[in-house]
Amino acid sequence: MRDKKFKLTLCDGTSCIHNQSKALQQALQAELQRHNLTEAVSVHLSGCLGMCSKGPILIVNPGYILYGRVRVEDIPEIVESHLVHNKAVTRLIITEDHLYNRFFRIFGDVDFFGKQMRIALRNCGIIDPENIDDYLSLRGYEALAKALETMTPQQVIAEVKQSGLRGRGGAGFPSGLKWEFTANQDGDEKYVICNADEGDPGAFMDRSAIEGDPHTVLEGMLIAGYAIGASKGIIYIRAEYPLAIKRLEKAIVAAREHGLLGEKILGSDFSFDIEIRLGAGAFVCGEETALIHSIEGHRGMPRPRPPYPSVVGLFGKPTLINNVETWASIPVIILDGANWFGTVGTETSKGTKVFAVAGRVHNTGLVEVPMGTTLREIIYDICGGIPGGRAFKAVQTGGPSGGCLPEAYLDTEIDYESLAKAGSIMGSGGMIVIDEDSCMVSLARFFLEFTQDESCGKCTPCREGTKRMYEILTRISEGNGQDGDIEKLERLGKMIQRSSLCGLGQSAPNPVLSTLKNFRDEYEEHIQSKTCRAGQCAALLSYTVNEKCVGCGACRRVCPVDAVEGTRKEMHRILQDKCIRCGQCYDACKFDAITKA
Amino acid sequence: MTELAQDKMTTLREFMAEVSQKQYADSYLIAVLHKAQELFGYLPREVMDEVAETLQIPTAHIWGVATFYHYFNLEPIGRHVISVCMGTACFVKGAQQVLDVLKKELNVEVGKTTGDMLFTLQEARCLGACGIAPLIMIDDKIYGELDAKKTVDIINQYRKAAAEPQKGT
Repeated sequence: MRDKKFKLTLCDGTSCIHNQSKALQQALQAELQRHNLTEAVSVHLSGCLGMCSKGPILIVNPGYILYGRVRVEDIPEIVESHLVHNKAVTRLIITEDHLYNRFFRIFGDVDFFGKQMRIALRNCGIIDPENIDDYLSLRGYEALAKALETMTPQQVIAEVKQSGLRGRGGAGFPSGLKWEFTANQDGDEKYVICNADEGDPGAFMDRSAIEGDPHTVLEGMLIAGYAIGASKGIIYIRAEYPLAIKRLEKAIVAAREHGLLGEKILGSDFSFDIEIRLGAGAFVCGEETALIHSIEGHRGMPRPRPPYPSVVGLFGKPTLINNVETWASIPVIILDGANWFGTVGTETSKGTKVFAVAGRVHNTGLVEVPMGTTLREIIYDICGGIPGGRAFKAVQTGGPSGGCLPEAYLDTEIDYESLAKAGSIMGSGGMIVIDEDSCMVSLARFFLEFTQDESCGKCTPCREGTKRMYEILTRISEGNGQDGDIEKLERLGKMIQRSSLCGLGQSAPNPVLSTLKNFRDEYEEHIQSKTCRAGQCAALLSYTVNEKCVGCGACRRVCPVDAVEGTRKEMHRILQDKCIRCGQCYDACKFDAITKA
Repeated sequence: MTELAQDKMTTLREFMAEVSQKQYADSYLIAVLHKAQELFGYLPREVMDEVAETLQIPTAHIWGVATFYHYFNLEPIGRHVISVCMGTACFVKGAQQVLDVLKKELNVEVGKTTGDMLFTLQEARCLGACGIAPLIMIDDKIYGELDAKKTVDIINQYRKAAAEPQKGT
């Protein structure tokens, strides 16, 4: 290791000097000479690092190893062990080696990652998801071992409660309470379920989390199994995610081989096994009671609550259901502690949240940020803003259950409460950025088309109400909107919110109500002046030929209804009463001579 | 039933025998339907009848389940299944245009199969690859960042591959 070059930085601020950093420097030089290392190692003095309570501080690079409270007697050991044998002296390292730090060290200086903090996704992109040894090497299953060896089930639950973790699937119910309710139920047969039925269009957090780090989900479920006294776990995952399913299957097999699943785990009395059940493409199955019905082999329809699944769940037994991201956060809470977890986030929402950012932004993808990060930071700093110099119009959060927030809310600090107050929801974490080219009426209609189709049909407000709303939105976007339609949408929407059976129906009107609140003028334009400013509602468009026309005839040839007339080399004309507004002439024109309005 | 179909039926029977041994065997109905669709490509009536008899679940219940979930096909499907992602991100980035092009090019409506049984056209909710919207999935393969021309090119590749005499394999 003698050829290895090290750079040592010794803090030379007032406090550290007071703590004898000068003596350290001398000891260091002497020791380096003794090992003949003066050429290979450079020693630098730095100004105050600001970590005065831990001084004197010595930093060893490469490796970003930060030693604190270093005394002269420690120097021989540091030089011998770290600089000669390349083995850091762990007892002196300032230990704030939280699990997420690893991610930050690898990617932190890239803009996209700089403002992120990865807890649930801490291993994604770092480990080989199909190799259990990779997960083990990064403290994998250590949280399980800690829980089994040093904590009682009650202590595990207390830790989760204290962390302030809330369900990441959308509703934000405090996870610890859910665990406690289930633990308090009598009976030997209890179930732990991972809800991986990620159905929101535009959301792919759960898929990526599982594909990138399947073991952390298993570990979270195992810890819960121990805490609530369950011996069986089920992962309910969409059949549309073949790669995630494959990796989970592989992870389960590997965990069994390592004695981390099955009988008497890690030599304790705790036994637990996990099974995968596939969904079959029904959005409503993300709702917990519908999900339970689906696992039981029925149509996935919800039922009224209470009783909650924590009392009467799968096969009538107490059942604990959490979302993928919630499970992935559990090992961190157990290892790094609830106190640390509680330092991240806002007053009411602790930890981080993963968002799937898509739509009109430069960097689309997954972003995990501390609660309290603003929408602007996510969209502009992390995701690089909107391409093509177009103007931001809205951001849609929470999928078909959420709402659209206009520019005024960009500086909203994201947590469960602030988003709800702004008229949207956290939801499972879908975030779609919309620019001036998108029509809000069409967007609302798109979501309603989705929910009215996915409505399971059990309760009338959702089944009939969403259909009527969809019909009204359709006629508005086709230019047949009537006076009073807006009021009708609002009345229907509020009624559906109040009277639907499950979360799907209760939140289905949100995209319409929030766009009505924030973009009412666009609805009015569609109804009154029959125009769509984004140029998206085909029925409201008109195509005309402008003076750039050279008479090439390309538009005339492609028009499927012969609505273009004109002679060669002369300006053409579009017959408005014949035109079906298909836009083919617009696409065919090479001279920019057709105006869309 | 052809010999091949008999083979598939045998595999399905073995699968059903396996799940029947488990606790709460009824709850594996959806898993059995997945297996049947994996083998036959869709859920034929006679297969459903046999599932009903073997698992002692009324056919009406099985059909209720099969029709509730989008994933199950009740009609034979083409050699390649094209799923056009109609998720929010794809919608914002022009999925409708891609779908229209496919409808025109293949001359089929959504949910239907081309006359030569080569393609079945479907809409998908969200395929979860929103970063490369708009996209389609043909069988298990994802094609992203599409426009009308790219879409037609992809279809033509599949047509060409299908027209070529089977090489090697």
